[in-house]
Amino acid sequence: MKEIVVISGKGGTGKTSITASFAMMGGSDVVVADCDVDAADMHLLMQPDFNFSEDFYSGEVAFVDQSNCISCGKCEDVCRFDAISVKKNLYVVDPLSCEGCGYCARVCPTKTIVNQERLAGKWFISKIKTGSIMVHARLGIGADNSGKLVAKVKNEAKEIAMEERKGFILVDGSPGIGCPVVSSLSGANFVVLVTETSVSGLHDLKRVYELVKKFNIKAGCIINKADVNPEKCSEIEQFLKENEIVHLTDLPYNENFTRAMVKGQTIVEYDHGELKELLNDGWEKIKNLVAN
Amino acid sequence: MTNPKPLKIAIASGKGGTGKTTLSTNLAAFIAEQDEVVLVDLDVEEPNSGLFFNGILTHEEDIFKMIPQWDESKCTLCGICPKVCNYHAVIQLGPTILVFPELCHSCYACSELCPVDALPMIPKKTGTLRDFQIEKLHFVESHLDIGEEQAVPLISKTKKYVARKYSHVSITIFDSPPGTSCLVMEATKDADFVILVTEPTPFGLHDLSLAVETMRALKKPFGVVVNRYGIGNDEVIHYCREENISILSKIPNKRKIAELYSSGKLMYRDFPEVKHSLSDILDYCITAVRGGIA
Repeated sequence: MKEIVVISGKGGTGKTSITASFAMMGGSDVVVADCDVDAADMHLLMQPDFNFSEDFYSGEVAFVDQSNCISCGKCEDVCRFDAISVKKNLYVVDPLSCEGCGYCARVCPTKTIVNQERLAGKWFISKIKTGSIMVHARLGIGADNSGKLVAKVKNEAKEIAMEERKGFILVDGSPGIGCPVVSSLSGANFVVLVTETSVSGLHDLKRVYELVKKFNIKAGCIINKADVNPEKCSEIEQFLKENEIVHLTDLPYNENFTRAMVKGQTIVEYDHGELKELLNDGWEKIKNLVAN
Repeated sequence: MTNPKPLKIAIASGKGGTGKTTLSTNLAAFIAEQDEVVLVDLDVEEPNSGLFFNGILTHEEDIFKMIPQWDESKCTLCGICPKVCNYHAVIQLGPTILVFPELCHSCYACSELCPVDALPMIPKKTGTLRDFQIEKLHFVESHLDIGEEQAVPLISKTKKYVARKYSHVSITIFDSPPGTSCLVMEATKDADFVILVTEPTPFGLHDLSLAVETMRALKKPFGVVVNRYGIGNDEVIHYCREENISILSKIPNKRKIAELYSSGKLMYRDFPEVKHSLSDILDYCITAVRGGIA
């Protein structure tokens, strides 16, 4: 079983549309993990049945039981997150600012502050239209444990893939370089970097690749909207060469990306021309690269 | 323009790549034609606004977060510190206390609850802040160091720097990270008004609805800018109408705009209709905050 992770650094490069197309082409041999839990969109293309769902608890949040509060103010003094304030002479916790460190509860002389488990999101196992299974999730508003939810989604996908003897796990990763991306990358066999030909695309590609290097994972790159800025395109190609990143394929600017999405379809279902062919080439290359 | 109270506008979006940076940079440059303005890039994981400006570097500083450092000579191995750390950032391994800086949230519990002062807090570099000037535009950006997982402290310190240094400037624009996580909360929570940038596609709509939920949880006044208008479908427009959300402007989908962006160029000067949009957006924000609509 091989784990392929698709990331992009910059948002809006076409990462999810491309991942969904790979999932379609991989069919029943691919378990999909949507690890872009902060703004998960893959389900819009995959017709999931939300067959199984479970709340995801992670971390804690402080709660002041005001009946025993003696208003000593110690909790407010020790809180480094400005989460505790006085409202109408009563101490209250702002759950959106609270990071659940528990310091306030430890110093409260009347033990009137308790830590409660924080509902951080929900995760799902679904049958999808490719004939396979997708594990996906939804992070709660403002939650700060997306790295843990990503790990949960990935581990569940891994277990399913192993039990059902699937060939691949395909992971739609999150944008950025922080904890959710770190979580997405750990344990991967191959990384697909999706970029676009813009100053931001190249800048973010370089930053996210610095992170990939730390994990020592083999990487390939898809250059989307390659014809929008030919000059940037050759700069990206140069960067790939210098870093021995496999140049998987170039995709042209094509509004079929959006047209397919509007129909709830993957690109390879909607487009029967150039895009489909290029994506198919890309997917075959990736399969060969991870096989070796 | 003399302003009674400084105005803080945050530009955010659920989905990445919808045009946050395009709007922030163009809006800031447009305002700077007449007034002093501060643009702050709080997308510290992947900051891009700086690619659009060629300014003079006026200030640079390393940003630190505080982490505990074990002082073996004082430690009595009483076992309190690993017990009080909710993040498992401090653990005891035999006769040794180990600190994992990337897991630490700088809550100070281990340090201050240590009876013998064996875990003093020390600064650890987490990123770099730079401040540039381009005539009337001040541009502040912070880069998170690669390998650092927590962006919240860097965002918070960047905002503090801006609040200290530019309290006299009447308009500040914050370019936020994408998504709805704690990062977005941190980046938008002090703003007087939030502009959510979206695109008229199913992904755009889905992620916009999450961003709207976030802003409602924060009780922030907000409005929507629809970028790349003309692609996709009308669902975003219908959604905003049903939810009673103001659409501040629609920026048309043009390949030429994408090309200018791709080369790191501002575009509003080439498109009078976009300049008009920026003016509308700014007027709306000012009226919404000062006039108490929204």
